[in-house]
Amino acid sequence: MSGMRYEAPGSVDEAVTLLADEKGVARVLAGGTDLLVQMRAGMISPDLVVDIKKIAETKGITANGGGFSIGASVSGAEMGEHAELTAAWPGVVEGAELIGSTQVQGRATMAGNLCNASPAADSVPALIAAGATCTVAGPNGQREVPVEDIPTGPGKTSLGNGEFVVDIKLPARPAHAGDAYLRMIPRTEMDIAIVGAGVNLVLDDSGTCTEACVVLGAVGPTTITVADAAAALVGSKVDEAALAAVSAAASAAASPINDKRGTVEYRTKVAGVLASRAAAIAADRARSK
Amino acid sequence: MNEQAKQFKFVGTRPIRPDGVDKVTGRAMYGADLTLPGMLEGKVVRSPHAHARIKSIDTSKAEALNGVKSVVTAADMPEAESKPVAAGEAMINFRDLAENVIARHKVFYEGQTVAAVAATSNEIAERAAALIEVEYEVLPHVIDVLDAMKDDAPVLHDHIFTGGVTPKPEKPSNVANRVEFALGDIDAGFAAADIVIERKFTTEPVHQAYIEPHAVVADMGPDGKADVWCSSQGHFMVRSFCAGLLKIEMSKIKVSAAEIGGGFGGKTTVYLEPLAIMLSRKAGRPVRMVMSREEIFRASGPTSGAAMTIKIGATKDGRITAGDATLCLQAGAFPGSPVGPAAMTAFAPYDLENVRVVGFDVVSNRPKVVAYRAPGAPISEYAVESVVDELASELGLDPIEFRAKNGAKEGTQAAYGVKFGTIGMQETLEAAKATEHYKIPLGPNQGRGVATGFWFNIGGESCAGIRINEDGSVSLTEGSPDIGGSRASMAIMAAEVLGIDVAKIKPSVVDTDATGYHFVTGGSRVTFATGMAVVDASKAAIDELRARAAKIWDVDVDGVVWEDGHAKPASTNVGDFEPMSLAEIAAIANKTGGPISGHADINAKGAGPGFGTHICDVEVDPDTGFVTVLRYTAVQDVGRAIHPSYVEGQLQGGAAQGIGWALNEAYMYDEDGKLENAGFLDYRVPVASDLPMIDTILVEIPNPTHPFGVRGVGEVPIIPPLAAVNNAVAAATGVRFTALPLSPPAILAGTGAGD
Repeated sequence: MSGMRYEAPGSVDEAVTLLADEKGVARVLAGGTDLLVQMRAGMISPDLVVDIKKIAETKGITANGGGFSIGASVSGAEMGEHAELTAAWPGVVEGAELIGSTQVQGRATMAGNLCNASPAADSVPALIAAGATCTVAGPNGQREVPVEDIPTGPGKTSLGNGEFVVDIKLPARPAHAGDAYLRMIPRTEMDIAIVGAGVNLVLDDSGTCTEACVVLGAVGPTTITVADAAAALVGSKVDEAALAAVSAAASAAASPINDKRGTVEYRTKVAGVLASRAAAIAADRARSK
Repeated sequence: MNEQAKQFKFVGTRPIRPDGVDKVTGRAMYGADLTLPGMLEGKVVRSPHAHARIKSIDTSKAEALNGVKSVVTAADMPEAESKPVAAGEAMINFRDLAENVIARHKVFYEGQTVAAVAATSNEIAERAAALIEVEYEVLPHVIDVLDAMKDDAPVLHDHIFTGGVTPKPEKPSNVANRVEFALGDIDAGFAAADIVIERKFTTEPVHQAYIEPHAVVADMGPDGKADVWCSSQGHFMVRSFCAGLLKIEMSKIKVSAAEIGGGFGGKTTVYLEPLAIMLSRKAGRPVRMVMSREEIFRASGPTSGAAMTIKIGATKDGRITAGDATLCLQAGAFPGSPVGPAAMTAFAPYDLENVRVVGFDVVSNRPKVVAYRAPGAPISEYAVESVVDELASELGLDPIEFRAKNGAKEGTQAAYGVKFGTIGMQETLEAAKATEHYKIPLGPNQGRGVATGFWFNIGGESCAGIRINEDGSVSLTEGSPDIGGSRASMAIMAAEVLGIDVAKIKPSVVDTDATGYHFVTGGSRVTFATGMAVVDASKAAIDELRARAAKIWDVDVDGVVWEDGHAKPASTNVGDFEPMSLAEIAAIANKTGGPISGHADINAKGAGPGFGTHICDVEVDPDTGFVTVLRYTAVQDVGRAIHPSYVEGQLQGGAAQGIGWALNEAYMYDEDGKLENAGFLDYRVPVASDLPMIDTILVEIPNPTHPFGVRGVGEVPIIPPLAAVNNAVAAATGVRFTALPLSPPAILAGTGAGD
């Protein structure tokens, strides 16, 4: 009955044309770990599915000038196998690797996690904390967009008609930099974060924090960047007092809802717990470099 | 135990299961795997309301859709009287069963079937289902068990007047039945106590969460004879339920047992099978129906949630003087919660003089509950074992010693009526106390919990056939769907009796036309009861083999004995004959009377009760409330482990399910009585990474009534985990929790760390 079309173009331009020309509902397929599940559950029935895995620009992880470009069809498992990336951005990689299970990791992509626009997306807080950007291709060419500008609300993105994410870029790292991501789920895998916290920070040679970014997931309609938590870290040695201030700031910034996955009280408290724990892990990683 | 094990050649060994290769290669045929020529796909229309009157159903638009071959509603099913009727050997209220299969005048829960369609494809069937127009008058609903018991609660059924009370109530209510079991004088018992602890507990309903969905293919011919292929815990149950619902003679329904991907009690009733027969009858073509996971959660039975009050008294020196329990169990939309067994098992692990247990079976607007491993026992024993643990702690006694001091033993009079024979309660406690696990020191935020469990186990009807093939191989037939490796156990027992290699025996679960009535695969009965039938059938075959040898040797049959798979002269007086092997006798069977076989059709009695003791170590994150299970040991009296791997697997699986029950599994309803977590994402069964290795210790106190000493093993292991986890969490946090599940938010709220 449904005349759903499946296309697997070989170039960015072909993909853009297919997406832009579709009159009905078009969806981009990378790993498919959200899209196919939503289709099977009857939540969406797209008229066109564009598989981007055959496009060269979406494949592979490239190191350039100390930074990295991660193609939109790169799976979590590929990221975890990449020694340089894992050494430079352990928090980003651990966020991506928390999605699903071992089997899901063979397929699930960070770009897909970003564009699915779930407030609980596991890879997104650490990406934002890292200052990551993404390349968006569309009918008017390509643009570089900070990752935090992609999700605009649960299930909604800023991507226009015909646009899709081609890759995600992570910047070069100075010395003594570290990041971390932690999430709370009632199980150990195969679950959706009740709270997520990503922290990225840089220390100077004396161990004093010079830059920090703290980002919360699953405690608001989009991620929440907690400026007060970052302010509490900068200038500190990331000691107990600073971590307590991070915890308080994160709890104060969280604006969760009650739903089947958790209560307001629980999420508010645990946002602080995870933010301070992630900051401590990020600082330990920074000190060891 | 080793001494006894030596007398067996095959019992206690671990051969590869006969169904193993098919299962690991994907060749095994499960419920949804059969495809027949011309087969249609069936879909169900379900109620969107928790409680509503059906004003009208208009199927005309669906019937007009191209590709739709049949549509059925309750009008296509004969009306049944509301009274218990024998179906096979179970007592069934066919009116309740019929309404649970397809609603007639009212819907009682969200997800209840109101109509079904069959079409040439799944897509057309789905579209047709959406075209069926049902007009409802929405009624007030009630979800919670205590709310349902209130005077002003919406009443689901106006024909239910609480049973078990005198005089009969004047008004109908949601309390379908009251049960009571008592022993001694509890007032005197509590008066003699130095310490009395009383606590109120709640548990959530939990689903069996079998991985294979309900699935059926039904094909009824124009002559009214139906072939049904489905995944169930009893194809004879499917036959008798379908025959009773549709008023078809049993001989006209042949049910074949597909491989089954888990049941745990949840497949001891019918949902799709009668619908598929009705759709096939109307369409004149075979129909396949498969539930989605969402449908399984919304429309198939979990076990009950409960609200309970437990009061136990003890003397300073650790002797329990009295136990009192009130148990309110959700039945779901129709009467029939496992409150009876919950009440009977509550205090059964203990040798007590004064006991009273009162139970209530309460209907509410949820899916009708169905069996789940040891129905009722995990619920009531969780509450009792939590209070027992608290008493031990208050009295400063070791929790295992306290249990041993009060534990049931041979001759103990249980409050539910029986006097225990040979049982292994004390032995499991001793084995648990002797483990390394029990001695490992614990770190900060860690705690250790212990709990015991009791289950009756049952026997019941089973049949077996042993056919000696011409080449000396053996075909073994029986009719108990194999959920836990029972074909392997049947082959082992037959090999042991016949004295031939286990690899020579091929066991098969055959259809309802090919063997006699079997009660369901449930009650931990198959290795015991069907095993007994296999032993009897093997002995009958041996008698025939001896008779054939006697004929060949021209001696009296009493002069021939069967040893090590050979007929031998009983003594030198009989004559000097070379022993004849089973294969040698089989090879010339045509000259001695024809095919050789042995059969047994039995109703097995004397199932041995089972006891288990579990030890659980947890660590609780004080800031997030997350519980990590660090170590887990399950000790159980298994009577005799025929195939120890599958016995250990039962213990591990039961423990895993019990841990899930304790930690995260729960049904979440919104204000309209609609289920919010109808899927494995938010109905959180444990995943492999949530659990440590579950260590097992098999204690073997043989059941004297079984030829090899078998006791049922499948249900006991789900009973202790709830309290073992709860008691471990109490030890780790210093807080006695009284509600399951112990989810992270619940832990944080309970310890006060969430403030």
